[in-house]
Amino acid sequence: MPATKLPPSRPQTNVMLSRVAHSLYWMSRYIERAENIARLLEVNLQLLLDFQGLDEAHRKEHWDSIILSTGEEKLFEEHYKVADSRSVTEFLAFDLRNPGSILACVYSARENARMIRDQISAEMWETLNELYLYLKSQNTADVWAAGPHEFFSRIKQGSHLFQGLTGATYSRSEGWEFIQFGKYLERADKTTRILDVKYHILLPNASDVGGAIDTAQWQAVLRSASALEAYRRAHVSAILPWKAAEFLIFSDSFPRSLHYCAVQIEEFLRRILGETATRPKSDAARAARRLLADLQSLTISNVIDAGLHEFLQEIQTSLDKIGEEVVQTTMFYPAESSTEEQQQQQQQQ
Amino acid sequence: MSLISSTYDAGAFFDEMFEPGGQTVRPHYRRLAERLATLPEADFNHRRAAVDLAFLRRGVTFTVYNDSEGTERIFPFDLIPRIIPGKEWAKLEAGLIQRITALNLFIHDLYHEQKILKDKIVPAALVLGAKHFRREFMNFNVPRDIYVHICGTDLIRDHAGNYLVLEDNLRCPSGASYMLENRVAMRRAFPNLFASYGVRPVETYGESLLKSLLHLAPDRIEKPNVVLLTPGVYNSAYFEHTFLARQMGIPIVEGRDLVVQGKKVFMRTTAGLVQVDVIYRRIDDDFLDPTVFRPDSMLGVPGLVGAYRAGHVALANSIGTGVADDKVIYAFVPKIIKYYLGEEPLLANVNTYLASEPLDRKFILENIAKLVVKSANEAGGYGMLIGPASTKAECESFRTQVAANPRNFIAQDPIALSRSPTYCDGELQGRHIDLRPYILYGKKVTVTPGGLTRVALRKGSLVVNSSQGGGSKDTWVLQGDE
Repeated sequence: MPATKLPPSRPQTNVMLSRVAHSLYWMSRYIERAENIARLLEVNLQLLLDFQGLDEAHRKEHWDSIILSTGEEKLFEEHYKVADSRSVTEFLAFDLRNPGSILACVYSARENARMIRDQISAEMWETLNELYLYLKSQNTADVWAAGPHEFFSRIKQGSHLFQGLTGATYSRSEGWEFIQFGKYLERADKTTRILDVKYHILLPNASDVGGAIDTAQWQAVLRSASALEAYRRAHVSAILPWKAAEFLIFSDSFPRSLHYCAVQIEEFLRRILGETATRPKSDAARAARRLLADLQSLTISNVIDAGLHEFLQEIQTSLDKIGEEVVQTTMFYPAESSTEEQQQQQQQQ
Repeated sequence: MSLISSTYDAGAFFDEMFEPGGQTVRPHYRRLAERLATLPEADFNHRRAAVDLAFLRRGVTFTVYNDSEGTERIFPFDLIPRIIPGKEWAKLEAGLIQRITALNLFIHDLYHEQKILKDKIVPAALVLGAKHFRREFMNFNVPRDIYVHICGTDLIRDHAGNYLVLEDNLRCPSGASYMLENRVAMRRAFPNLFASYGVRPVETYGESLLKSLLHLAPDRIEKPNVVLLTPGVYNSAYFEHTFLARQMGIPIVEGRDLVVQGKKVFMRTTAGLVQVDVIYRRIDDDFLDPTVFRPDSMLGVPGLVGAYRAGHVALANSIGTGVADDKVIYAFVPKIIKYYLGEEPLLANVNTYLASEPLDRKFILENIAKLVVKSANEAGGYGMLIGPASTKAECESFRTQVAANPRNFIAQDPIALSRSPTYCDGELQGRHIDLRPYILYGKKVTVTPGGLTRVALRKGSLVVNSSQGGGSKDTWVLQGDE
């Protein structure tokens, strides 16, 4: 905290509490995360139906790579014996022990929204609250019985409704910048993870590329990012792995491509940090600029030569760093969530 | 089937809607009764369900403690409103204004000359020994000389329909948000009835509250910053805090959002520190500032009291008001009114016995099974004995406690709280109710026409607290008398 000088104390414009800014940021990230997990899970459940004949080893490999892409493989191993449709759905959709499960994400999004209810529109709050109430009323067995499609649709719709309502009811203010920054940061991260599921196919020395299963799997990757239709419009030809990867990384018009997200991240970050000069002053802005420069100057061959997996991991690292630095820079209090003790005190009050 | 059955039992109580006997509807309830008579029960239930769902969706909830999941529940809401004729309200209003005016003078006096103690109207030992008396604030001048800016006074009606004050809440009275949300719900459920009835609006509450708070800011500041200080999202009244902050368009802050530098209070914003001028605090005195009160408090702001003393920030309500809503001091309020205003109290107290007075104590100990015994500083319906409804063992336990610590107890004659028809088990049945109007003390004193009517939903129960099976009703104050 800059304790040395006191700033002008009563600015005429609306000010935003650091805590509020961060809750907006996390609320936005969590709902985007929930939506992405829902898509990833749905598409892959669907994919397995298309390949009923797949042997046990391949099925396991399939689910393992999905768990791996979420980065929670250790947690999964701790609590589940085998990776199959059932256990992975439970883990990714409902398990509160997994902080990245859909339920945990929606819960966190709502909890953040609850902390700043006075700051967001009633419509935004009600959408999150309803989604949460819906999720709480569901469990794996129900979802299975009713067919998971309805369930995943509700999650995706909830997220889309929330983002649409945010656009329609929330003032274009500093809070908006935090919401957008959080959304695109999360989206970029998830797109790298969706791509990473299939990275082994694009290893420089990969040999068996192009089979029927492979095409279907790349279709699934595109669908996981809601990108199949957009891809088809851009490339009328068949789905080629390197083209699909190129699309998800470099497209400058598709709103889930890494490049598109990086443009938005850079833009909102500059506004949040007040970076007006051509040459950025903060580390965060420099990192965002570098990420954007990479995505604007590299080609898919560069990426494949360097290794897709390594490339994606580097991007994930730099996204983490950017997010972390923005939080640090705009924060004027130690970042800690309520401890249990504090909860009790609040209740007694 | 009509909702109002011909066998409605008004019982031996004052019924808000029916004359004694339970068949003749009082004039100010006539139009409601006519509407209910034409409303099929299925339709009524449909509206009830819609209202409940709306409360849940909008998160109009309170947190239930002692529940590992931190369950949020809606405050049960009954669709039958409580109706108060204009003339009756005018009397209540005058009584409430008189009471808060006298209590403010009383608190001022306690923290300055203590004339009332010297004149032996109120025993000095009672005040100086009270838990909420803050001797640190002796001779401190609060902004505009107002101590209680927001007051919620609990009223009940006895068997004859007389309004009596049950207690004054001078610290952080809650429930105003429910008064406002209940109104929204009723407007949706019975839009036409509203139009024809001439119900006075409660929606001005947020604006009046903001005005009262702005009134406390130092004159030289053109655009004061007012904030609401909440214990946080786990507090049972958190919904209310966010609701009121929204109504007023002010930021809601937690202790960790504030910092004190150079005896000024700042909030931590993304653009740095911004000075705060007025704090509507929903945190009790004890938790406000760990350097002055409870050192283990993590909810408060270190240095806040220093900033307050230096006059750089105003607090609503002021520190130390709890001394006057103590249940023992309560017994003296009629005398306090007479002492400061030279007027007879317009609103009566419930007849109260003080265990600290030898004669009263003897009476209490001998008649405990016939009395309601309350511990002086408990709230929420805890620490209370309702003699007639309790077992011998419970009475004995209280008798021992009273004898051991008389300063801490009072006893009152049990009051047969008035009842209002309430939808229970598929029909309207009489349930006991109370009323908490909200009084704001700013440039002048205003009472919002209405309030929170709480209802004891359990059959025969007199406890209206939400933590113990209470619900609420919308409270209609009429322009006219019917």
